[in-house]
Amino acid sequence: MKSLSRRNPLLNSFLRISISLAATAILLAPAALSAQQDKPWERIPVTKLHDFKPQQPKRIELKNGIVIFLQEDHDLPFVSGSVLIPGGSRDESPAKAGLVGLYGQAWRTSGTAKMDGDSLDDLLEAKAAHIETEGDEDSTAVSWDSLKGDADQVFSLALDLLLHPKFSREKLELAQQQEATGIVRRNDDEGAIAERESVKLVYGVNSPYTRQPELATIGAVTLDDLQAWHDRTIGGKLIVGISGDFDPVAMEAKLRAAFEGLPQVKPEPPRHDIFPGPTPGVYFINKEDVNQSDVAIVGMGIDRHNPDVPTVAVMNEILGGGFSSRLFQKVRTELGLAYEVEGGVTFAYDHPGPLSAVVVTKSPSTVEATKATLAEIAGLTTKPFTEEELARAKDNLLTSFLFRYDTKDKVLAERERLEFYGYPADYLETYKAGLEKVTIADLEAAAKKYVHAEKLAVLVVGNGPEIKPGLDELKLGPVRPIDITIPQPGRPAAPGEKP
Amino acid sequence: MQSRLRTATLALGLAAMAFAGAAAAHAQDLKSFEQKITTKVLPNGLTLIVCERPDAPVFSYSTFIDAGDVNDPSGESGLAHMFEHLAFKGTSQIGTTDYAAEKVALAKVEAANAAYEAEYLKPVGRDPQKLGELKKAFLDAQTEAHKYVIPNQFTEIADRNGAEGLNAETGLDQTQYFWSMPENRLELWAYLESSRLADTVPREFYKERDVVIEERRMRTDSNPEGRLFEQFVATAYVAHPYGRSNIGWPSEVSQINATEAMEFHKKYYVGANIVVSVVGDVKASEAMPMLEKYFSRVPGGPKPEEMTTVEPKQFAEKTVVIRDPNQPIYMEGYHRPDYRDPDNAVYDAISDILSNGRVSRLYRSLVRDQQIAAVAEGVSPYPGEKYPGLFVFFAAPLPGHTPQEMRDAIHKEIEKLRSAEVTDEELAMYKTRARADLLRGLADSQGLANDLAEYQARYGDWRELFLQLDKVDKVTKADIRRVANQVFTASNRTEAWTETEAPTAPAQKTEAGNDGGAQ
Repeated sequence: MKSLSRRNPLLNSFLRISISLAATAILLAPAALSAQQDKPWERIPVTKLHDFKPQQPKRIELKNGIVIFLQEDHDLPFVSGSVLIPGGSRDESPAKAGLVGLYGQAWRTSGTAKMDGDSLDDLLEAKAAHIETEGDEDSTAVSWDSLKGDADQVFSLALDLLLHPKFSREKLELAQQQEATGIVRRNDDEGAIAERESVKLVYGVNSPYTRQPELATIGAVTLDDLQAWHDRTIGGKLIVGISGDFDPVAMEAKLRAAFEGLPQVKPEPPRHDIFPGPTPGVYFINKEDVNQSDVAIVGMGIDRHNPDVPTVAVMNEILGGGFSSRLFQKVRTELGLAYEVEGGVTFAYDHPGPLSAVVVTKSPSTVEATKATLAEIAGLTTKPFTEEELARAKDNLLTSFLFRYDTKDKVLAERERLEFYGYPADYLETYKAGLEKVTIADLEAAAKKYVHAEKLAVLVVGNGPEIKPGLDELKLGPVRPIDITIPQPGRPAAPGEKP
Repeated sequence: MQSRLRTATLALGLAAMAFAGAAAAHAQDLKSFEQKITTKVLPNGLTLIVCERPDAPVFSYSTFIDAGDVNDPSGESGLAHMFEHLAFKGTSQIGTTDYAAEKVALAKVEAANAAYEAEYLKPVGRDPQKLGELKKAFLDAQTEAHKYVIPNQFTEIADRNGAEGLNAETGLDQTQYFWSMPENRLELWAYLESSRLADTVPREFYKERDVVIEERRMRTDSNPEGRLFEQFVATAYVAHPYGRSNIGWPSEVSQINATEAMEFHKKYYVGANIVVSVVGDVKASEAMPMLEKYFSRVPGGPKPEEMTTVEPKQFAEKTVVIRDPNQPIYMEGYHRPDYRDPDNAVYDAISDILSNGRVSRLYRSLVRDQQIAAVAEGVSPYPGEKYPGLFVFFAAPLPGHTPQEMRDAIHKEIEKLRSAEVTDEELAMYKTRARADLLRGLADSQGLANDLAEYQARYGDWRELFLQLDKVDKVTKADIRRVANQVFTASNRTEAWTETEAPTAPAQKTEAGNDGGAQ
């Protein structure tokens, strides 16, 4: 499953430069001043919401441990499905970093013994159907979709690909070329550099969550590696999800026939990751073809299992959720220093996410904008939360809560996610009840517990000669340059970081 | 709140009711939409569309203004986008503690800005001391006006009432505002949306202008692709405003003032220029009278005259080369007609056959077989569709390969389109995918709201969203070859690429000039 990512300017999004403003949600206005006379909008009745019970998918657990979800939706004549498989790039060998990414591409483009990938392309595209594979941080997946009339055939092809891929050398090489292109281009976009390198500061350069594919490590991946990865992960707890316009009885029978014969699933081995958090200080990466600094301020966040998550979610709303957040109000609206400014403590489902704030500002205002952003983070522990802020943050989160399950596909995706990470099926309800109960005292306690301004690392990616006043004005110790030179195969790997 | 450089096709993606029987049995054909959709044109000229979809207790809306940055007056590039940012700043009721006093204070800000700009722009004899005083007076006037502001109250009300995906986009052709909300806030939304359309107050204008300039730095100045796109279109067009930076040239966007933004509003935010669509758990019979009451507040007035500049026929091939430290990218473009052209669907077919997926010609040739590119596509229209745009090719070479190789390989594929017909399978695939894409798109209520408003505005009838299918079906192999021969000619071409070059001298300043406003 995807982990968070701020911006992902891939080349194939090339001309699609639609962009949204940073985010969604919250606010903090100087409400004290508002001697506003009349608020006509408060007289507009908010009626009782129409009754709504989101349709839950049917859950079927096979004897071998594989779990199936069926979500009927007869609005449109399509059927789509996916199989989610535990194990991802965090589990690959560091010497072969990038293996799972290559696997995710070459699996589909290679195809099966019965039908190679190119023939699959021809057959599927003529039907406006798709079968795709992907490799992520903690999982891989096969997914498919087609018109209802083609659903049986497309499912058979997807199942064949799931169980009997035939990895092709040519397609592995193609994937390696694509990956190499990404590697040599990874220092072109300032925002992508800031995102990547700031997460490395949090987790460490050799962490399974941040180590990056290099030309040498992707070059080391062989066909045997792909097959070995496939053989290993396909025995895990598969989660099968089907949605769309199908007959549930026939579909269940078909899926049982397909998956019941597979061996008993093996549990995932426990993980022993360590999360040291960043070494505090100021880090700098020079990029002289820009006129703006991309500043990332990072620390250690928390795991979604943490009972404080609802409180921290409310705190995030207050800090950096949207137009009304402290960061937006101060840095964008009041100071006019940035278009993009946001921040919060993130939570991943099975490991701590980073605490991070981002501000993007013209070179000369780098120090001013960084200070203002740091002050808002530190302010979580020093500037009292107000009842107004709390009410606003709760309204923002709770009134829009039903957009987490307003379509059948969203309900299905959520159930698959919860199943994958071992959360109870009613997690969203529990979480919502938790949000409702958050108090000012909770916020104060959470801020003390999780926000430690003195432990943060500040990474600036920008145009050194233009940054005046300089970063030493931040008074956070010596500025440490980070070397992001891309290692060339055959030469020793460049150190991730120089003191 | 962003400028959207539109890519491919409105029309690809659109067509189709009858999925050869499959869909005919379904609730998603034109006939079924005719039963679910109610439209009404108000006396002020504004068109309302309501599409009933009671699947969940929510609705999505889209407000489509038939004005974008092509309508920016000369010397004021970026104005439409700047106004869009202003439309989040509140009204005479929202965002102020005392509008009567604030109005007076805002007038003083405008006067102070005018005085400061006049001195700043003096070609000779600018008096630094006077300039400093005027700048201080300008800043003081803003501070005074700010006393009455309740910052971000408009979005605060929306967010607290469950707005999801709240945003706006300004393109060259149009401006769109949108979000989704729980259905029990429909009237509140109608109040908010009609208020900001009818009663915009230009508060905090000069701070917001700084924000927009930061947006420009992020999207264009500090982004290698952004820099290339801007230079590419600026070269491809000599007369039409499609060639102008839609976020605004730095010296222009930094001198836009609130008075100009409000003039733009007065001219273009009139009923006849606006379509508002709502899709969701809404009963038209109950909602329409309420919506009519609120949206009648939008001023009437004639539909503003269209921008009339026509790009002259290109007769000289043009080339742009950017040398910078980044990896190479190649693009080229050919002028094509606007979206109303009878061949519009033919362009979509060409784009689909060249670029859609791993079966596409450019993928198979440049990526799979020759192994010289990581990605290669051809799409249209760009940068807009309302006026004649470009058919654009782009490619990213693999390490060790050059932009020139991209160009030569793309030209070979173009030559194939010119010299031989596409196959029956390719054409059939385009038609099948166009229909399926239309149907798939219907699932998302926000997307549907956007499409309904856009088609209503562009064609005068939302049904065209479905009726495009007829045009898709009529595309022939001969059409594709004919259009390829018409359009893909050397004299109609602009090429642009980046070449990697390590920096030698101190970096070139990309920042431009006068910040004109307050810091």
